[in-house]
Amino acid sequence: MSSDKEKTETTEKKEAPPAEKPKAAPPAKEEPKLPEFEKGIVDKITQKFADKTEVVTVKENRIAIKAKKEDVKEVAEFIRDELNFDHAESVSGVDYPEDKEIEVVYHLGSYLDPSLSKQILALSTRAPREDTPNPGNDSTRLPSLRDVFYSVEFHERECFEMLGVYFEGHPDNRRLLLPEDWADLPPLRRDFAIKGR
Amino acid sequence: MSNQLPPGLAIEKADERIMTLNVGPQHPGSGHMRIIVQIDGDYIVNCDPDPGYVHRGEEKMAEYRNYILNIPHLERPVIHDSCNVLYPYCLGAEEILGVEVPERAKYVRAIASELNKCIYIQYWLAIYGIFLGHSTMFMWPAGDRELFIDLMEKMTGARVTHSYFIPGGVRNDLPANFEDVCLRQVNYFEKRIKEYADVFYDNPILISRTEKTGVLSRQDAIRFGTTGSVLRASGVDFDLRKREPYDAYEELDFETPVLKDGDSYARSKIPWLDMMESCRIIKDALAKMPKSGSVRTKLKPNPKGKLDHEEVYRRVESGRGSLGCHIVSNKKPEPYRVKLSVPSFRNLICLPNLLRGEKLGNMPAVYWSLNYWPVEADR
Repeated sequence: MSSDKEKTETTEKKEAPPAEKPKAAPPAKEEPKLPEFEKGIVDKITQKFADKTEVVTVKENRIAIKAKKEDVKEVAEFIRDELNFDHAESVSGVDYPEDKEIEVVYHLGSYLDPSLSKQILALSTRAPREDTPNPGNDSTRLPSLRDVFYSVEFHERECFEMLGVYFEGHPDNRRLLLPEDWADLPPLRRDFAIKGR
Repeated sequence: MSNQLPPGLAIEKADERIMTLNVGPQHPGSGHMRIIVQIDGDYIVNCDPDPGYVHRGEEKMAEYRNYILNIPHLERPVIHDSCNVLYPYCLGAEEILGVEVPERAKYVRAIASELNKCIYIQYWLAIYGIFLGHSTMFMWPAGDRELFIDLMEKMTGARVTHSYFIPGGVRNDLPANFEDVCLRQVNYFEKRIKEYADVFYDNPILISRTEKTGVLSRQDAIRFGTTGSVLRASGVDFDLRKREPYDAYEELDFETPVLKDGDSYARSKIPWLDMMESCRIIKDALAKMPKSGSVRTKLKPNPKGKLDHEEVYRRVESGRGSLGCHIVSNKKPEPYRVKLSVPSFRNLICLPNLLRGEKLGNMPAVYWSLNYWPVEADR
């Protein structure tokens, strides 16, 4: 425990400059400056995957990266091995019917690296969306990140039943929360409507 | 020795030895959750948790209601810890709507959140007691819980489902004599909580039933992405109130308990130690709180996000661990998507891994030590 504490102390010193900046910034709203520490992480990713990833947002403590579904596993492995993010906090699926795509966002965090304990890296990827879904048997597929982050196992199962995204390589693509005889649309798709609303 | 058995005897095949048992979903303790266990004699060979019996579609409902109307239903997953369930949603909504929280409200939030944490942990502890056949440990926390419920009733007007946190602050200010009553009750409870050790934590029966059962190593705790008491019982010092302080927590003085054993005993002890720290936080917050001032920033009717597409992810430390809320907004009064990343759901992944190889009789001790709340996991 004592060693952990020492680590946090050193990282607090490291993190001090980006934490102070936004407080001093408000008067100069014209040029939003990117927080330094977060920019350092993003730079490492863009150096390695310049053409494969797209940086969505860089805010204080929050980074969002988008990757194509062919590359997402490679990018996730890099994030785990080189950037020390060791677990997934949440996997949320978001349906975008206008784009005919479903986005899956992995919120990754780190327990082992104290300098990253405030950070959440949102890695998102998109799967094609079918108008008449047939979960598991249509083109709405993504590679599973379960081999990279073990912690996504149940989250991906939930995403499969709620949005109909089949995760290729997932060892256990079964229903989790919904009833076994659920025969309607995956309920978190936008076109599944609650009665009376 | 010949390999032949005497006439009339045959070696059982492995498949025939294994029996499948359904624990739940109507088990009085498991909550509305089924655990399918396969046992070989007395030992569990496989376990398949089957949540979902109380799935209420909170996330879907949130897409149909505006930021304010979402509050009363989003706290339903854990009614005992309702302030903490709403907390990340409120922080996220504030970020999207661009609302600042007044200084006094930040401290009121910390007090409400810690009181709620104690209420939740006592309820959890009471059930843990009855799971292990220790009925005194059911009665004591269930009775002491009333102290905090009274305080929350004074504060919010409701005993359990408070709907107290709103984007922009809290719904109403503290009543006039709240500080004195709160100090009196918390001071009493700080003395009282030590007695839990005499009857429960130092009890040789509890120790023999929980020690070295369901051991979760530090490495696995991180790999499974566990959180809260499960993570801290395995020796990882990670508490969001310290690591990513939100609202008033940066100014408050407290420790986060960490144990190294990773067994059911350590996991059952961490919440108890947490309660002591919660009492410390409540007293500290009462002392440091601005004595007057507003507790809420008025919102416009039907507030909307400012950007065409914005995503936020905020998290807080609840009674069970880190609780995250991912909100996607698209300039409409209703959020486009709300996702709650709840600690119970995250910790559930341990269950099959911890139970494999355990005795069936140890199942309740391991299962409930995960600080699991079925309704929260299902949402």
